[in-house]
Amino acid sequence: MGLFKKRVNDFPTPYTVSAAAAKGGFETKLSMVVMGYGNIVHKQAVKGILYLLTEIAYLVFMFARGFHCLAMLPSLGSVEQEEVWNEALQIYEYTKGDNSILILLYGVATILLTLLMIWFWKETVQSAYMAECLDKEGRHVNTFGEDLHTLLNEKIQRLLMTPALIFIFGFTVLPLIFMICMAFTNYSKIGNHLVLFDWVGLENFKTLFDSSSILGSTFWSVLGWTLVWAFFATFTNYIFGMILAIVINREGTRFKSFWRFCFVLSCAVPSFVSLLIMRTMLQPNGAVNVLLRNAGLIASDAALPFFTDPLWARVTVIVINIWVGVPYTLLQLTGVLQNIPGELYEAARVDGANPVQIFTKITLPYMLFITTPYLISTFTGNVNNFNIIYLLSGGDPVTDLASTAGKTDLLVTWLYKLTIDKQYYNIGAVIGILTFVILAVGALLTYQNSKSYKDEEAF
Amino acid sequence: MKETKQVSAKRRRFVNNTIVHVVLAVLAVIWVFPILWVVLTSFRAEKGSYVSTFLPKSYTIANYVRLFTDTTILNFPRMFANTLFIAVCSCILSTFYVLAVSYCLSRIKFKMRKPYMNMAMVLGLFPGFMSMVAVYFILKALGLSEGGLIRLALILCYSGGAGLGFQIAKGFFDTIPRAIDEAAIIDGCTKWQIFYKITLPLSKPVIIYTILTSFIGPWVDFIFAKVICRANADYYTVAIGLWRMLEKEYIDSWYTCFAAGAVLISIPIAILFMFLQRFYVDGMSGAVKG
Repeated sequence: MGLFKKRVNDFPTPYTVSAAAAKGGFETKLSMVVMGYGNIVHKQAVKGILYLLTEIAYLVFMFARGFHCLAMLPSLGSVEQEEVWNEALQIYEYTKGDNSILILLYGVATILLTLLMIWFWKETVQSAYMAECLDKEGRHVNTFGEDLHTLLNEKIQRLLMTPALIFIFGFTVLPLIFMICMAFTNYSKIGNHLVLFDWVGLENFKTLFDSSSILGSTFWSVLGWTLVWAFFATFTNYIFGMILAIVINREGTRFKSFWRFCFVLSCAVPSFVSLLIMRTMLQPNGAVNVLLRNAGLIASDAALPFFTDPLWARVTVIVINIWVGVPYTLLQLTGVLQNIPGELYEAARVDGANPVQIFTKITLPYMLFITTPYLISTFTGNVNNFNIIYLLSGGDPVTDLASTAGKTDLLVTWLYKLTIDKQYYNIGAVIGILTFVILAVGALLTYQNSKSYKDEEAF
Repeated sequence: MKETKQVSAKRRRFVNNTIVHVVLAVLAVIWVFPILWVVLTSFRAEKGSYVSTFLPKSYTIANYVRLFTDTTILNFPRMFANTLFIAVCSCILSTFYVLAVSYCLSRIKFKMRKPYMNMAMVLGLFPGFMSMVAVYFILKALGLSEGGLIRLALILCYSGGAGLGFQIAKGFFDTIPRAIDEAAIIDGCTKWQIFYKITLPLSKPVIIYTILTSFIGPWVDFIFAKVICRANADYYTVAIGLWRMLEKEYIDSWYTCFAAGAVLISIPIAILFMFLQRFYVDGMSGAVKG
């Protein structure tokens, strides 16, 4: 299993922190405390000063705010906001109470920043040691300009990936950790813990796994439907989209771009618009039922139960998902299809292969090779497909009035209802984590064993 | 004998082609029909969401006029401007992130490569808006949740996770022959020059795909916009506006305007598609031929 294999370090370097500690000179050891000192001594003044400034900025922040934030984290604050009568002004004044949510947020951010700083510290020590070694051996030490230039060549990944990484950490990783923390608190409307809350450990997980409680039994039924939905939504789209792409791309088909245009046109209408329209059309008194009644296909007071019967509702969302999703799949797969080297087909034709053989031996393996990651991400995307359910059925029909979820609710839409409507933030976070765990185990194993991950250069 | 064989092969091909074209035509009608319906509704003179006929009884452009003049309840022109600005900015940012990250992951071997790809996998498995509440708190802490800065906040949200959506572009870059890169290195190109002088020009289909998806995302999103704008009606995007038109108190008088609005926000995307479709033809097969 690829996941548990011992990793071989493909990027050996003599300039490690342990080597610096063991063999480095005084200036290198000093730069473990005063970052950048080694670089300043060894002809890299600009770089060294930048390192030093970063360290100072970090320390200033930690003493001004950081340590306080960390100290508050275990208790999450306990001072309640109070009303105090101000005799002189004749008004009620509010004392500044603790706000657990902000304490948690700042605490998590500080921890993340500190981890980043540790990584940066490692880099600076390595850099100082490298400068020392090169300088002592009489070899060339890169100037600041040369260092900048390597960003365009050997180290281009740093230039190109840093901005993206900053965004990812700020707007994806930090919020996620923050939400994961919430799962272990009692931040919820239950018991009125919306301002001040405490750590409760695994209490919320227990509630959700307890299948005798309402939340527990709802969880299992929602989970079952989520998996069924994701399976059908992914594969109906993939297979249908691929067949369509091949048919349009085949030699005998004329007006290729016209056909492609017809399907792609529906991408031009935002999916939330078409979903809202379909919802209005499929209501008990909507256009579809009216037309069917006028045509005499159903009785004049009857209506097809598109969103009122559980089974109907489930089939309806899957069918409508085909309408919404296939153009995107088509667009996606056309690019890949056109990328298949023409020589492969020519060679196959010379060898006398028939169309079916060409499809199963060339097209399909190539497509699967390129699109396995895409398939996995579509599957997970469908498990987390909020829009289509929320806009189309809103999770209806609700058959069990005691439960908080309807029959077409996915884990995500249920999560939304629990957090935004009910304000059970902690339970919502637990559902998020469980969704993740279920997906992670499956997807990571498939992904790492897929051909396109193991052997990226096969084609 | 030989001639009859040729004739029957020809006939079979003709029958096949006819079947294919008929099936395609039927499917095309299914896909185009709802769009046609929206366009017709936007010109319908009768109000309300209830219809008994497919074709409107009389046509009017009043729905469009009302969208742009009746700004007392729902200020459509301002929503349109907000959305366009936000979508263009986040499209530029996201496209750059996606292409840059994909190129690095496809072409450069570095230490954080596999860890980064695993991290992206892991993050992609979390429900997207599980962190939405948290993002709102972060934006509030940064002071971006009030006034004109809401636009910036939305741009940051939409392009925030862009660097994680590299799978498709990377898959595409992987298919560009490495021989081209090697030839360029021998000619003295830096990695940066290879990126923008060789890889990008060879990757038009995937660049277009990236631009389209990263434009459409913010253009049509309404969950994030709704949570972040809250009650700040000045910064509503079109999606929220259209959503509100279908709320119970508005649907009867605003339904046809909703259709008109839907047509209007579809136009930029339709133009993009039409303009960029030609790049899909032939893609880049055979990059090494010359």
